[in-house]
Amino acid sequence: MKSDSNLEKVLAAGHFAVTGELGPPRGANLQAIKDKAAHLKGMVDAVNVTDNQTAVVRMASWAVSLVLREMGMEPNYQMVCRDRNRLAMQSDILGAAALGINTMLCLSGDHPSFGDHPQAANVHDIDSIQQIQMVTTMRDEGRFLGGAEIDTPPRMFVGAAANPFGDPFELRVLRLGKKVAAGADFIQTQCIYNMERFAEYMRQAVDMGLTEKTKLLAGVTPLKSAGMARYMAKKVPGMDVPDEVVKRIADQPKEKQAEEGIKLLCEQIEQLREMPGVAGIHLMAIEWEHRVPEIVERAGLLPRPQV
Amino acid sequence: MSDFEPVVVVFACDYCAYTAADVAGRMNLTYPSGVRILRVPCTGKVEPLYIMQALQKGADGVMVAGCLVGDCHFKNGNLRAAARVKRVQTLLDDIGIGADRVAMVNVSAGQGAKFAEIATEFSKKIGEMGPNPIKQGAKAAA
Amino acid sequence: MITAERKPMEEIFRSLEPFGKILLVGCNECVTVCHAGGRKEVAMLASALRMGRLKQGAPLTVDEMTLERQCDPEYAEELALVVDQYDAVCSMACGCGVQTVAERYQGLPVLPMVNTAFMGSSEKNGVWAERCAGCGNCVLGMTGGICPIARCSKRIFNGPCGGSSKGKCEISPDVDCAWQLIWDRLKQLGQTELYSQIMAPKDWRSARDGGPRRIVREDMAI
Repeated sequence: MKSDSNLEKVLAAGHFAVTGELGPPRGANLQAIKDKAAHLKGMVDAVNVTDNQTAVVRMASWAVSLVLREMGMEPNYQMVCRDRNRLAMQSDILGAAALGINTMLCLSGDHPSFGDHPQAANVHDIDSIQQIQMVTTMRDEGRFLGGAEIDTPPRMFVGAAANPFGDPFELRVLRLGKKVAAGADFIQTQCIYNMERFAEYMRQAVDMGLTEKTKLLAGVTPLKSAGMARYMAKKVPGMDVPDEVVKRIADQPKEKQAEEGIKLLCEQIEQLREMPGVAGIHLMAIEWEHRVPEIVERAGLLPRPQV
Repeated sequence: MSDFEPVVVVFACDYCAYTAADVAGRMNLTYPSGVRILRVPCTGKVEPLYIMQALQKGADGVMVAGCLVGDCHFKNGNLRAAARVKRVQTLLDDIGIGADRVAMVNVSAGQGAKFAEIATEFSKKIGEMGPNPIKQGAKAAA
Repeated sequence: MITAERKPMEEIFRSLEPFGKILLVGCNECVTVCHAGGRKEVAMLASALRMGRLKQGAPLTVDEMTLERQCDPEYAEELALVVDQYDAVCSMACGCGVQTVAERYQGLPVLPMVNTAFMGSSEKNGVWAERCAGCGNCVLGMTGGICPIARCSKRIFNGPCGGSSKGKCEISPDVDCAWQLIWDRLKQLGQTELYSQIMAPKDWRSARDGGPRRIVREDMAI
């Protein structure tokens, strides 16, 4: 085992893994984290903690990860390349590992122009693929990026994000290949609604032998309403929401739409469990954490394995 | 300000606007005597600097008069002129002189009456705006 | 070339308030090409300043001069004969020019009249776009002739990121995704295997991060 990560153990034991997600608060508000996290406890194998998502300042992902640790949960510590140079990153990784954070996700990060500090310098000292390589080298060879030896190498289960629907399609599997070559232990994808296109992506990933080297978790998000479905379809770049999906939700009366969204999600999870190469799901129910227990139960994913 | 007779410099292209002014003359159509016409081979010859210098030397308004769009004898000289006039207008707003003191107009060679009308209207508009503000400042400074 | 844009007139007027007689100096190279600070722009700005200050009742004498370049001491030297007559020298050159002139005439205020922007090239009439970040270690041979530092909003070396959509960058539909361009070019060149190679972290020492840079050519000293 490369780390003490619960997620690593669950995946290594061959179970269909489930991860959740949590966004830190916009203030020094400890209780807000505890309240959100409480819904997810026992429902998922690890919880992603976002890092200044959309370039908006929130409590540090390492801090929230620590809080989750103290609550007996497994954080997936997200670290973006936008805000930290290689010194700060390696430094934070050592701190995280020393304090029992075992799982991390390497990401580029949304551009500052999206957030509340568009004036900020845009760091990007290294990119997410170099970041993956950096962490795995720290872990496996006990060396910093600069070459010096690390006296206590950090143990860490390292993940990366993937977008099966980004442009151009032909490049997406190649890019996934790069992340795997860089050493990504697991992959979490953006949320999927176009199952056919995703199935094609998975076929290519399996063909290239990538799913033997990394554990891929398919991203899913419940559609709360027709409005949300339309927004995702039109306003979110790189998101593919087929018309039939939008129609299915929109055809329901307003008060039944959330329920239909959850039904749809459960069907999706069923299909994903059967899809070759898919090692689990990444459930992103942002600001809907209180529905996660119900979703996970209805999808037949409880109880979570204790490994 | 009724005794203020504005000085309006008109850069008129040989092929159209200047010819139109000529036609106006021969038809005995008048426009204010403050309107001074300068003949250029094409309005595309008019540098933004000419317009600035005309104002700097005390003109109250400047008009650049060229052929109808699509009819420029030199293909797109009048389009270049229009773009330059826009640039000058922006600069004039930025320095407090006012974009409206400069205009781009288009007439064809035979439009004598039109030319007289345009020249009269523009001169009237400049009259209402008052003298070039630099003259006031120059007086104050003296 | 180096691109620049004239500063807003309001800012220029404010910076010139203390002065009554200035020398406005243009540059015949980069800023001429991008219509920001060449001979014509000097003439236009001079006229605008004279008129604006006349209107304010605080006349300003503006003399005009355009040097071949302002970033070489030999050219800056040409101002020596006249510079003492002025309260300030106002340069329409890029930052390099302003500083060279300021260094030569240290007792005199030397003010910038343009905002220097980026190193770029012309796309079409009136449009210049950033092309080079001056990183000091050019990788254009590996990326089909498209710079991932200057043209990718996140200067990613193993791109694209998840925000690339329909060939455009997430920050704006007007900005091309550099990695889409790189991929397309590599395909055209039959070099797609270059894409799969992981590019190592950049050594930013050769860029501005390593400190202000200089090039010394001993062989050119004489």
